[in-house]
Amino acid sequence: MDLFEYQGKQYFARYDIPVSAGGVADTVDDAVAQADKAGYPVVVKAQVQVGGRGKAGGIKLANNAAEVREHAGNIIGMDIKGHEVKRVWVENASDIAEEYYASFTLDRSAKKHMLMLSKEGGVEIETVAVENPDAILIRHIDPVDGIDLAWATKAAIDAKMPEQSVAGVADILVKLYRCYTEGDCDLAEINPLILKPTGEIHALDAKVSLDNNAAFRHPEWDEYRATEELDEREQLAREKDLQYIGLDGSVGIIANGAGLAMSTLDVVNQVGGSAANFLDIGGGANADVMAAALEVINYDQNVKSIFVNIFGGITRGEEVAKGIVEALNRVTLKAPIVIRLDGTNAEEGRQILASAGIPESVLQSKPTMLEAAQAAVAIANGAGAHGNGNGK
Amino acid sequence: MAIFVDQNTKVIVQGLTGGQGKYHGLRNQAYGTQIVGGVTPGKGGTDVEGIPVFNTVAEAVAATGADASFIAVPPKAASAAILEAAAAGIRFAVCITEGIPAQDEARVFNTLLRDHPNTRLLGPNCPGIISPGKCNIGITAGEIAALPSPSGPNVGIVSRSGTLTYQALYELKQRGIGVSTCVGIGGDPVPGTNFIDCLSEFEADPETHAIIMIGEIGGSAEEEAADYIKANVTKPMSAYIAGVTAPAGKKMGHAGAIVSGGKGTAQGKMDALAAAGVRVGLNPTEAGDLMAEILKTL
Repeated sequence: MDLFEYQGKQYFARYDIPVSAGGVADTVDDAVAQADKAGYPVVVKAQVQVGGRGKAGGIKLANNAAEVREHAGNIIGMDIKGHEVKRVWVENASDIAEEYYASFTLDRSAKKHMLMLSKEGGVEIETVAVENPDAILIRHIDPVDGIDLAWATKAAIDAKMPEQSVAGVADILVKLYRCYTEGDCDLAEINPLILKPTGEIHALDAKVSLDNNAAFRHPEWDEYRATEELDEREQLAREKDLQYIGLDGSVGIIANGAGLAMSTLDVVNQVGGSAANFLDIGGGANADVMAAALEVINYDQNVKSIFVNIFGGITRGEEVAKGIVEALNRVTLKAPIVIRLDGTNAEEGRQILASAGIPESVLQSKPTMLEAAQAAVAIANGAGAHGNGNGK
Repeated sequence: MAIFVDQNTKVIVQGLTGGQGKYHGLRNQAYGTQIVGGVTPGKGGTDVEGIPVFNTVAEAVAATGADASFIAVPPKAASAAILEAAAAGIRFAVCITEGIPAQDEARVFNTLLRDHPNTRLLGPNCPGIISPGKCNIGITAGEIAALPSPSGPNVGIVSRSGTLTYQALYELKQRGIGVSTCVGIGGDPVPGTNFIDCLSEFEADPETHAIIMIGEIGGSAEEEAADYIKANVTKPMSAYIAGVTAPAGKKMGHAGAIVSGGKGTAQGKMDALAAAGVRVGLNPTEAGDLMAEILKTL
């Protein structure tokens, strides 16, 4: 889960990382109130999870309440690369002497944590990596050892930080590492990390991505969930605890396992169709989960056929079949189902479906993934249930 | 032969008294796997359909001589369960648990590396391993795996995705192709066993004559495997990478499966494997067809 800047800063503050005084606002009046509290001049910053806010006019300096009113009025409701600005963060403006970069993430190849530190901050780190790779210090950290102040100090020196910044940067690195590990982040990034003319080091931006698997030990994350930007289909899927990603096509996809779901998208595409979604019902899904998945798919107006692709391992075929029968009793599906069922208890599942007396216009069963994809695409493309789905 | 596990492997199930552990543990036993015990703290002295349950892995190992463990416990308890197995001298631990925090996985992996170098972890979040006819640890339906033929040729399977592992087994069975061992390494960011570990074992295994590899978007494990294949693998291979049509920036279910910053794309992985001499199919069926073609030339 990606946090907005203001949430990232609030998260940093939990770990004593210095951030600017400020507050979040979703109305112009509120923005002025937050500015009065933070102290002028302030910066009014659009809260969207997309890069290039500044260029789009989503970050403005304001010297007084009238200017806050003007800028907040323009920014709230603004569209930045398809993201509607619902909130602004208003913070006390900082004087900047220098801009650095610092982040912790997991290096999956090395299977260790990784610090990236650079005295060239304030620009996209990917750009620095291409144009001036020597300006980025990369250090791996064994998660068993962690880091201490001595380690962080050496890293700051090795990154060629100016002498006056070394102590402050090292202090923040130790705090940021704690935020990253104890705070269960996939990524904790500060860009820019600034040196003020007065000598303090300070996080001027916050990019935090949280590991959803760790939500069970972070009750404080609940409030972030409430502001996550999901479309209506994704919202419904979340309520039902399903792994769902909305796409633009016309074949609804339900599969068990992320790999099979991805592969199902690929195969649908190869036979000339396009997927309406990615939906992984996960391992061990039962009848309730299957029924919920069909309800979510049914909510999508673009869906013309539903491809249920199940290869049972931990998921049992008879549970999947029961779920389909149950869902058909509960809701009227707007699109027909094409199912391919294999693996654990697949035969029992097929028998349950066969004896349920469901007409072929509602549900048809195919022996292989490819044949099922062709049938589902044929229906979605309007060629009829028995047409050749190969649109290429 | 086979890799990692065979008919002599003695397995305990950590979490045997829980829903998943019991269901799959008993199915593994019914397949012919030597399930010699279970471990559930507080339930030592009881049994599950005749399989003795112990309070700790150490007690179970002492009493049964187990060398492998099937770990089927919830995410909160999984890290401790893996380390307990390692400390008790388990050689091969299979963890199917889905949803372990990445921080815990990274810590466990590096703890094993440092303190228990003789323990190999498969998973977490993996379907397990099957050496058909000999040993099945995990959640794979044993009947979809074709037995290896004594005269060969037989195929080794290594896959990052659970259900695609079954799909690969199924594709080979449909074509009457025997399987030496099928390893599901799991889709999490820090798998205990990676593609390269399996490829090197398959390369050395006389019963394996060719290898199928199933990858997916995200990370660089497939690219690293391609480099390894080029330098070290002489046996012919086919492959499939899931997620050709996955949009960038969206996590496709697995914690590891995401295309970000133009990296980890299916195309990049397919190109890297093809450049290493691997025959790459556009879907699992095609990877199976390519393997059938390869075997005809052996």
